[in-house]
Amino acid sequence: MTETMQRPTAARSLRHRLSRLAEAATTPLLPADYLDLAAPLRSGTDLRARIVAVQPETRDAATILLKPGADWAGHVPGQYVRIGIDVDGVREWRAYSLTHGPRADGLISITVKAVPGGKVSNHLVHHARPRTLVHLEQATGDFVLDPSASRLLFVTAGSGVTPVIGMLRNLFPVTDSGVVDLPRSSHLDIVVVHVAPTEPDSIFLSNLRELAAHGAITLVPRYDDQHGILDVADLAGLVPDLADRTTYACGPGGLLDALTAHHEAAGLSLFTEQFRAAFVEAGDGGTITFDDGTVLDADGAIPILDVAEAGGQLMPSGCRMGVCFGCVLPLREGSVRDLRNGAITTVDPISSAHGGVPIQTCISAAAGACHLGATS
Amino acid sequence: MTTIQQKTVDPTAHLTTEDIETLGRELDAIRQEVLDTRGSRDAAYIRKIIKSQRGLEAGSRAMLLFSVFPPFWLVGTAGLSVAKILENMEIGHNVMHGQWDWMRDPKIHSTTWEWDNASPADQWKHGHNELHHTYTNVVGKDNDLGYGIMRVDEDQRWVPFYLAQPLWNFVNACFFEYGIAAYDLELGKNLSIPKDKRSDDFKARAKQTLKKIRQQATKDYLVHPALSLPTGSFVPTLAANFTANVVRNLWTHSVIMCGHFPEGVETFEKTSIDGETRGDWYLRQMLGSANISGSPLMHLMTGNLSFQIEHHLFPDLPSNRYAEIAPQVKALFDKYELNYISAPLPKQVYSAWHKIVRLSLPNEWLAETTPKNVPSQLVKLYKMTTGGKKVRRAIELKDQLRRQADMAKAA
Repeated sequence: MTETMQRPTAARSLRHRLSRLAEAATTPLLPADYLDLAAPLRSGTDLRARIVAVQPETRDAATILLKPGADWAGHVPGQYVRIGIDVDGVREWRAYSLTHGPRADGLISITVKAVPGGKVSNHLVHHARPRTLVHLEQATGDFVLDPSASRLLFVTAGSGVTPVIGMLRNLFPVTDSGVVDLPRSSHLDIVVVHVAPTEPDSIFLSNLRELAAHGAITLVPRYDDQHGILDVADLAGLVPDLADRTTYACGPGGLLDALTAHHEAAGLSLFTEQFRAAFVEAGDGGTITFDDGTVLDADGAIPILDVAEAGGQLMPSGCRMGVCFGCVLPLREGSVRDLRNGAITTVDPISSAHGGVPIQTCISAAAGACHLGATS
Repeated sequence: MTTIQQKTVDPTAHLTTEDIETLGRELDAIRQEVLDTRGSRDAAYIRKIIKSQRGLEAGSRAMLLFSVFPPFWLVGTAGLSVAKILENMEIGHNVMHGQWDWMRDPKIHSTTWEWDNASPADQWKHGHNELHHTYTNVVGKDNDLGYGIMRVDEDQRWVPFYLAQPLWNFVNACFFEYGIAAYDLELGKNLSIPKDKRSDDFKARAKQTLKKIRQQATKDYLVHPALSLPTGSFVPTLAANFTANVVRNLWTHSVIMCGHFPEGVETFEKTSIDGETRGDWYLRQMLGSANISGSPLMHLMTGNLSFQIEHHLFPDLPSNRYAEIAPQVKALFDKYELNYISAPLPKQVYSAWHKIVRLSLPNEWLAETTPKNVPSQLVKLYKMTTGGKKVRRAIELKDQLRRQADMAKAA
């Protein structure tokens, strides 16, 4: 196939010149810094969204309706988004499954359950207000339905139900008058095995029940306190035609690992999703991994800057007492302790800004395994 | 400990090592209290300031598009001056100190901020945050004392060159941003090195500074005047931008002189910081800084550097909190019997200028001049200025002996 290179048109080169002129007029800022004040959702700027409504679902869960910026590329049910929201003045990032298929009004929605001690989830459920601007990344995730599969099994555990709800709501929209049957979903045969420690009072469970009552899905609830902890070997007993189904599973790592082993042994197809990062507990000292692959052992009482320099790393540095901010580097993952007051900063790739959180290496010591970026 | 004031009394002599360590812990507690309550209120503050500043700047520049009309020129120039002051002081200076890094907003962060000033952000952060704040008032290490072009110490030998230092200081004040750029480049030191021996690092930094100056000048003296052409406002806009820059420079220079230069502020010998503890460091910051008293508007326009003492103790705490903790800090000064220097702006500016004038003249010349002896004092100054090294030494020695004799007589 041959393609002709497109020449820059007169209009494009004029636009380029105008934008250069605008930059010269606003230096050291960019024209975007001014435009964002007036139109933060416009095309061509950082992706953001505005909260349109916060609809309470239960005492501790709410659906957040968002109007995404003009550059939102859309999503497929089952995918998730990362949202950056300021809580107590600090920008926090979290990933949430989109709990709705593409909507006619262009809005997107996430359904958030406030987990005890959860900074962001509690803020979203209890304190988020319409018109608030949040930061957004494009939808991502491979946990989407294979359009050729018609016999499906969903295995969900705990909050792993959220992306599944997103898929099911897309297949079977629920309106005020009940579940709507769509031609595109009529051929589907769906079983949902929902696992939880106890029978929860949740928006998601009542959703599942509604779908089950309508006949859209077959619901197999498994509660640890009633049925005992689920053994994946028992799955074939719960779902007799397991071998004919394509399995989608979302939940904690342990369950997913067990399912993967089980399905691999049985030669069955499986799609999994886990987006809650492994829980990091801050310790005392640890290893520091650098972008170039170097790994150093770090004492919990020695500043990262000193450990790195002793280990031959070229480090930016300054006052060495926390005053000048000349040694700031991004912590990509892990925990560090502020040696002046013991404050812990923890970063995991899901719940922090892309690229990590900049820290002062001269007053921070490793509090566990850390990954440090080269430059901020 | 002190050098400039030639004090015979060490203002810290009454403090024991334990006192100083306790003082350090008490200051740490004040800092922690602010950290524990830092949150959405503070974040909303800086966002509001940034938004207002950008609104004011955009509005003023829009008005200057019609600056051929005098009322527009006046309002636009005033607005742009205020916008530039806010941008440099309450926003730029404080963001680049890392005061707002905790918000984790990459756009309001010490690592990404660039300001409306001739000095590129990263060079300024090195010269200011690192050198000045670490070595505050240590003679020979902190070049903010006299910026390397002035006589700031009675112990520095007087030469006729210094007669012009009030003029230098005024010129420096008018073009302060370029003075800072030259200072951050260590231009004086580097220009004395032969051209072919200057380091690559210096050349790269000089190039970076020239680029920044070019961008700044293009904006203020070319693009905005050109945008005003349709209304015939090219020259008025150019004059407005020049005026706003000079106003900003004069203001920032005045505020900064008030921070460490008024009478009573201590300076320290190089050796006095060897083995300094955290408590010692805090104590040096306390003695080496001075505040400006005034209204909340005054504090805003100085970027809260009117709380220079609090800022030097806690350079990374959000600036809007300095006013809150100032009474606690003042109480510690009282408790430890230290001198908390604070006065209104005019008084501090006068004090700093008076010191510059005093030190521009031979030691004690100004103090010993009375309406009666003006002619003889002028003759002496003329002789010292034109007479060369030997004549100066002879006159200095004679004065010194006379003063000693006077003191003996008085005793």
